[in-house]
Amino acid sequence: MATGLTILDPTSESNPSTRQLLARPADIKGHTIALLDISKPRGNVFLDRIEELLTERGAHVKRFAKPTFTKPAPVDLRHEIATQCTLVIEALAD
Amino acid sequence: MSTTAPLLPDGFVVIVKHECATCQMVEPVLAAIAASGAPLTVYTQDNPDFPASVPHILDTTLAVSWHNDIETVPTLLVIKDGVETERTFGWSQAEWQRITGISSLGADLPATRPGCGSMSVDPDRVDALRAAFTDSPVISRHIEFSSAEDEFEAMYARGWTDGLPVIPPTRERVLRMLTGTTRHPQDIVAIAPPDLVELTVEKIAINAVMAGCLPEYMPWVIAALEAVCNDQFNMHGVLATTMPVGPVIICNGPGTRAIGMNSGINTFGQGNRANNTIGRAVQLTIRNVGGGRPGEVDRATHGNPGKISFCFAEDEENSPFTSLATERGVPAGQNAVTVFAGEGPRCVVDQLARTPEELTASLAACLLTVNHPKLVIGFDAILTLSPDHGRVYAEAGWTRERLLAEIAERTLRPGADLVRGAHGMAEGAPLHLRDSTLPKFRAGGLLLTYAGGGAGLFSSIVAGWANGAIGSDPVTRIVGS
Repeated sequence: MATGLTILDPTSESNPSTRQLLARPADIKGHTIALLDISKPRGNVFLDRIEELLTERGAHVKRFAKPTFTKPAPVDLRHEIATQCTLVIEALAD
Repeated sequence: MSTTAPLLPDGFVVIVKHECATCQMVEPVLAAIAASGAPLTVYTQDNPDFPASVPHILDTTLAVSWHNDIETVPTLLVIKDGVETERTFGWSQAEWQRITGISSLGADLPATRPGCGSMSVDPDRVDALRAAFTDSPVISRHIEFSSAEDEFEAMYARGWTDGLPVIPPTRERVLRMLTGTTRHPQDIVAIAPPDLVELTVEKIAINAVMAGCLPEYMPWVIAALEAVCNDQFNMHGVLATTMPVGPVIICNGPGTRAIGMNSGINTFGQGNRANNTIGRAVQLTIRNVGGGRPGEVDRATHGNPGKISFCFAEDEENSPFTSLATERGVPAGQNAVTVFAGEGPRCVVDQLARTPEELTASLAACLLTVNHPKLVIGFDAILTLSPDHGRVYAEAGWTRERLLAEIAERTLRPGADLVRGAHGMAEGAPLHLRDSTLPKFRAGGLLLTYAGGGAGLFSSIVAGWANGAIGSDPVTRIVGS
């Protein structure tokens, strides 16, 4: 085929890596679950109730919070969650 | 084509083109130099038969002319040991005689005659020549469209536009854009959100071409991207928020006039290339390099049309106030951009106020409605006074500081009016603030600017997004080279 115009790529020329989701745990009993409050108003109300329900079912719950919902979670916070917990639930609220 | 400069032979070197009457006039001169036995090499840019009376070498690729910076034909050079030691261009009898040492050279010709433009600086050719001969470290992937593809449709299909057509970023156009900055194409300007990509000058230039920028806008686009891509401005959050804001770019300094920015009639609107393409280049860069696209990381409920481009210059020449840049610490005479996370502008109508007190009361009443009349402190705003409104303050001798202080005083509100539930509105300040008196804006949260056409008793307000560490702070950056 005859060629047309050649241009320079305006993008970052990178592709996101795709990762397989982990298998769903059969049971949450004994798991340590991170509840990440993104610091939206009333997110804590939702998470308080989730914590109750998870604890009733035998999970350990650890609470975390982002400094602000407008910025990505700091690297240290992500590391803390990854090293201390096996599951994470992130809450968006308003 | 080779990007290495062809070596010139020692002796006299003359570059000519047949199309140039001065070159034709000096043909007997060239013959006389050749007849003197001096080593002479003639390069001709256009006609292989010209000049007929002396041997010549074709420079139809213009490689010799480009690499030797020939701007005018004829140009006479003296080359010794491969190095240029003399140069004259056009016809100057005295200069040609001095350089060649032939005292009778061109004695029958006029004393001087200007030359013509070299084909190597022909505006229609210069981009292709730069692309062919510049060993530029432009490293972006080349994407070749098929001849059956419409390039404009192809760029839409790849998701690279903001909904309007973009100019295809050919290597020629990108290299021309890069002439607008002294920075190296691989310099990293910032880390672009949301994908946290290293943003190079080259990638900015590509997107600036697409946006329709001229090369002289590049330093402004670079400065604006430096200003938005940091934790303080928080471009990631500005992009991700459901609120309608985008980066509003306020330009200051003498360079705004040099690049033809509009600070007058319809300053926020369509019609001016610099205003509309600088902001667009910033947004296209965030979209294409950073990966921030509506419906993906950009979650705006409504957005606003300014998210295509919202960029304007202050009318510093006519302003009765110190400029926003000066207020924010930029030294006089420097060019700067200030970025603000803002929504679209809204109009304040007051055609009756004749005193600064009356007008300030109107402005304050309208400013109180920014985002919600019962929400205070958490949102900044830009206030842009028009010349007709500015004159009221100029005639009364009010300074920027005075006006901002008077607005601050008139936008204080009793907590009882603001708390949740007051006036039948659930939205508002927390109940414990009922007995406080609260300012509408945090200290420094109102950015006063001056711009607009010479007629119209209106001013303009641009409301902001969540301010401070939880959201975005305005950021000012000096425009470099």
